Amino acid sequence: MKHDNYFKITLPALSRNESFARAAVSAFAAQLDPTVDKIGDIKAAVSEAVTNCIVHAYADSPVVGVVEITAKIKDDTLYIKIRDKGCGIDDIKQAMTPLFTSKPEEERAGLGFAVMESCCDKLKVTSTPGKGTTVTLTVRLDKKELA
Amino acid sequence: MSVELISRDNGIVAVITGEIDHHAAAQIRTEIDFALERQTPSLLIFDMSGVTFMDSSGIGLILGRQRITESYGGAVAVKNPSPCARRIITLAGLSTLIIEGKKENKNEAR
Repeated sequence: MKHDNYFKITLPALSRNESFARAAVSAFAAQLDPTVDKIGDIKAAVSEAVTNCIVHAYADSPVVGVVEITAKIKDDTLYIKIRDKGCGIDDIKQAMTPLFTSKPEEERAGLGFAVMESCCDKLKVTSTPGKGTTVTLTVRLDKKELA
Repeated sequence: MSVELISRDNGIVAVITGEIDHHAAAQIRTEIDFALERQTPSLLIFDMSGVTFMDSSGIGLILGRQRITESYGGAVAVKNPSPCARRIITLAGLSTLIIEGKKENKNEAR
């Protein structure tokens, strides 16, 4: 019998944790036997979401904020939730517009959400200004082609 | 992540190996900009054949250096990007910057 599976981690919003965050989620996803390309997609999407927490959500925070990552496997689908309790997004539609960035001086390309969208089957962003943002990424993992 | 800078002719080749994310991009940027300031090369080539991961921070890195080199009449190019780097570069609409060529070998420098 198959059981659903999940994990949850919290990390300080430090840039050095970006690589750990994407590695943790991709290692969890490995049990679904994803292709190398799918693993690459998952890593890129998680990296973008976690980087947003660090670069934007807690940019003006006097203390190091917390990033919470929850991943859940249900059947052949991976659901990844990345949550912060930072500044929130005033205009989600504008934030998701390719090439829009509120931080050009930090050399942000304005492509974070575009990368997440192209790497996932579904992207959901909910945000409350002053309270925080939650990004939910849904990735369907097709069974590897059997040779 | 490691970045190795090779000077040749009137250009600089930055061989980037490993993962390019927001954290790594800051270090790569510092090293390349130091060289750009001293040498103002007409061409800066990012050799991305050894990039094992890249997100949009890599695009910010390329565009930022493009801005600097163009300010004095120079240009940038991305050589032999690995599949993961190529995917993000193409998504960003920067595939015109991609060039193919033989692998960089620092022993051939100068």
